[in-house]
Amino acid sequence: MWKTVLRRVLIMIPEVIVLSVLVFLLAKAMPGDPFTGSIGPHTSAAQIHQLKVQAGLYNPWYQQYWNWVVHLFHGNLGTSFQYQEPVTRIIGERAINTVWLALFTMVLTYAIAIPMGLYAGRHQNHIGDNIIRVYTFVTMAIPPFVILLIALWIFGYVLGWAPTTGSVSATASGTMGTVLSRLQHIILPGLVASLTGTVNIVQYLRSEVIDAKHSDYVRTARSKGVPTTNVFRHHILRNSLLPIAAFAGYSITGLLGGSVVTEMIFSYPGMGLLFLNSISYRDYTVITALVLLYGLLNLLGTLLSDIILTAVDPRVRVQ
Amino acid sequence: MADEENHFLKIEDVSTAFKIQGKYYPAVSDVSLDIHNDEIVAIVGESGCGKSTLATTIMGLHDPAETKIGGKIEFEGQDLLTLNEDQMNKIRGAKIGMIFQDPLSALNPLKRIGDQIQEGLDYHTKMTEAEKKARVLELVNQVGIPHPERVIRQFPHELSGGMRQRVVIAIAIACKPDLMIADEPTTALDVTIQAQILDLLKDIQKENHAGIILITHDLGVVAETADEVAVMYAGQVVEKGSAKQIFDNPLHPYTRSLLRSMPQKDSENDDLYVIEGSVPSLQKMPQDGCKFAPRIPWVPESEHEAHPTMHEVEPGHRVRCTCYKNFKFQDEA
Amino acid sequence: MSLIEVKDLEVHYPIRSGFWNRVTDEVLAVDGLSLNIEAGETYGLVGESGSGKSTTGKSIVGLEKPTRGQILYKGKDITKPRNRRELDYNQDVQMIFQDSLSSLNPRKRIEDIIAEPIRNFEHLDKNQEKLRVLQLLDIVGLDADALYKYPHQFSGGQRQRIGVARAVATNPKLIVADEPVSALDLSVQAQVLNFMKRIQRDFGISYLFISHDLGVVRHMCDNIAIMHRGRLVEIGTRDDIYNHPMHIYTKRLLSAIPETSVEGRAEARAHREAVEREFQENQSRYYDKDGKVLPLVDVTDTHKVALPADEIDKEDK
Repeated sequence: MWKTVLRRVLIMIPEVIVLSVLVFLLAKAMPGDPFTGSIGPHTSAAQIHQLKVQAGLYNPWYQQYWNWVVHLFHGNLGTSFQYQEPVTRIIGERAINTVWLALFTMVLTYAIAIPMGLYAGRHQNHIGDNIIRVYTFVTMAIPPFVILLIALWIFGYVLGWAPTTGSVSATASGTMGTVLSRLQHIILPGLVASLTGTVNIVQYLRSEVIDAKHSDYVRTARSKGVPTTNVFRHHILRNSLLPIAAFAGYSITGLLGGSVVTEMIFSYPGMGLLFLNSISYRDYTVITALVLLYGLLNLLGTLLSDIILTAVDPRVRVQ
Repeated sequence: MADEENHFLKIEDVSTAFKIQGKYYPAVSDVSLDIHNDEIVAIVGESGCGKSTLATTIMGLHDPAETKIGGKIEFEGQDLLTLNEDQMNKIRGAKIGMIFQDPLSALNPLKRIGDQIQEGLDYHTKMTEAEKKARVLELVNQVGIPHPERVIRQFPHELSGGMRQRVVIAIAIACKPDLMIADEPTTALDVTIQAQILDLLKDIQKENHAGIILITHDLGVVAETADEVAVMYAGQVVEKGSAKQIFDNPLHPYTRSLLRSMPQKDSENDDLYVIEGSVPSLQKMPQDGCKFAPRIPWVPESEHEAHPTMHEVEPGHRVRCTCYKNFKFQDEA
Repeated sequence: MSLIEVKDLEVHYPIRSGFWNRVTDEVLAVDGLSLNIEAGETYGLVGESGSGKSTTGKSIVGLEKPTRGQILYKGKDITKPRNRRELDYNQDVQMIFQDSLSSLNPRKRIEDIIAEPIRNFEHLDKNQEKLRVLQLLDIVGLDADALYKYPHQFSGGQRQRIGVARAVATNPKLIVADEPVSALDLSVQAQVLNFMKRIQRDFGISYLFISHDLGVVRHMCDNIAIMHRGRLVEIGTRDDIYNHPMHIYTKRLLSAIPETSVEGRAEARAHREAVEREFQENQSRYYDKDGKVLPLVDVTDTHKVALPADEIDKEDK
């Protein structure tokens, strides 16, 4: 198995290189250069030229790319025009917020979706299953931002149970206080995001369970005299959770990218909101850095899913 | 464990109907059969004749919400159809073992071979873990799988079709059941493997003194293995008797037609016999009268019974309906 | 001249393994196979799963690219795409598959399924085309109302007949039939086999009949080749193969066919076990040190067997 994983990681190397080249070329194609915004009206053309030569902007593209990569490894992604701060620091701050929200959403999503999907599949067409199906259809029919707005309005403004903006209260003090304040801020967006996120998993898991129930190997298990509960526990459960587990890799890295909609509605200072703001302010260095990060997260998600699949499915190991 | 008593299964007037769009349609109707131990009873017929449904009915594998089952299945003194799920679980795997057709899908792809064989032992015996391990190895050996130690740690996809079918058999015989139901056990296999598997089944049966219900569409397999034969058409048994009676003196028009449509030695220059029409679907099945009548339209109605019953022609040899008496193929006139 | 001449056909599949997933070995699916199919005959190709019989069939139709060897049609090697086009080979050689449901497009009506090859090769107007399709349906015993139905609305036997009609649509010279009746019930199998024979008589078509069922092959085929491990172990007429089998593998296959007589049961098993024992013990003599089938040797004009040298001497005496 470790061989497969190692090979899978090695395959990622060329992917990362291609990704970085693409992102670099994208950044080059954008208007402006690192001095845009920092140059005053009194700087002469000769001085600008001098600065550009020093920065190596007239070098061939591959040399520039190499410099960029070296900077990248030193954690230097340039300076944001908008904030006049290193991009790494800006993203770093936002990333902490997003990780909190992402992990919370993820845990909640699976904690809700797995029991629901298993129950619905096991008790197909019973009352509980019908209620779950109505829930999934309704949630799927309403766009997430509508649900988010309604939740914000009811719980945030009308009832005042949860804060409506920010990630941590400025008045929070001490470790405990900060953590509690953070939880308070993510509870509403996390809950709503996970409720909408469960829908796909519930439906998928439900149909996986139903398929497994009618499979030949379950019939074999029953003909061995295995009691229904144990057939479910030892045969149906694992087999139908397998694709869900594999999907978890994508979904965690997807969440780490930050959700634009959720973060915007709750004014939650995460990566999604940062990305949106950077685009509206044409903050190219931040955009470039985020695109690179999203690309990497995507590759990592596929890697993670493949590793999970290799770990749980013996059929994949051999191939 | 198999006692020396003469255990047997007595199927009496069993009917199994499936719910299709709110209405029940019988897939099996009024089937009566006796199975003794040390005996192989073949149930033979074409797809849709109800032979597999009969097997799953005996095993109690149908969803009670979707099926209606009537009649009596007496096994070792109790009627299986009156037992609840827990009581059936004590019989399934322990006293009745089942072998399925497609060995790849019949095995759980995510479980090791050894664990799948051991599962039955977990529920039906009080063996220690070590005893179970030993028994699993013994079983794998018994069904003729080389390298048992390695195989029990493997997964189903790592074995060939023939080996997988042996695993399925090992699962079925793990607790030495008194009755084995084999549903098309060799259909997915090559001829040489088929012969080996059939011989293996016969050997196991002799060792365990079990009874076997062999469900198949292959008349050759029946002729080579069965002691008793029941021919099914459209959910009913149309003819039953010893293998010798059925093959040497087939009487029911359906049995005769089937045998005649087989390619024979020296049949190269002739057309094969084709039964007119086709098997009706469950919903379109004639509810009364001789169900085979539409396939032999040249036989006058007066030859058929209004409510066909089984007639004993000679000891042990029974035929449904009276149409067999003067039956001739069209070209025999 | 034979209709089709297969010469030293080899089809290899790469096996990738190891850390870098490099090609480390090859499966010799077909490993040097030669056979001739005459016009108007049914040639049986028999073997167990994995013997390479389907790969051979696909190579002849052009669905599989041979690694080495030639397939001659009208004297030209049709493994080269240019020759295939020149000779209208794809029109002259058609295929029938085992799984009739998955080989027919589920979203197309029968009319379109059967007309498709006609549209590819002939230019008929709408009415002529429909007439031709109706004719073809009639040949395989289906009514005109089948035209507007979809594949799933037919039974397995009917679908297989639709497959036959589609194959016949281009007036082919050869139809490669890969296990055409293996999935069918006995009575339906009889019907499909009858239609195949009738079409052969009426149109002079040759069949390459690929099957594992020796009973069906005996009924259908004039000449038979037995395949094992990618090579032929025995070629002969029906009489040669069934009444005078010489290769140990052929004998083993034949002994495994269940007979429909109840009396001979014990003897049949004894015979089968004796042959199996002989196969296990003497196998090494009939295969070379790599387990490959030996080269074919002429026994009579029609009968070729992959025999070891000492067996040939024995036969001569």
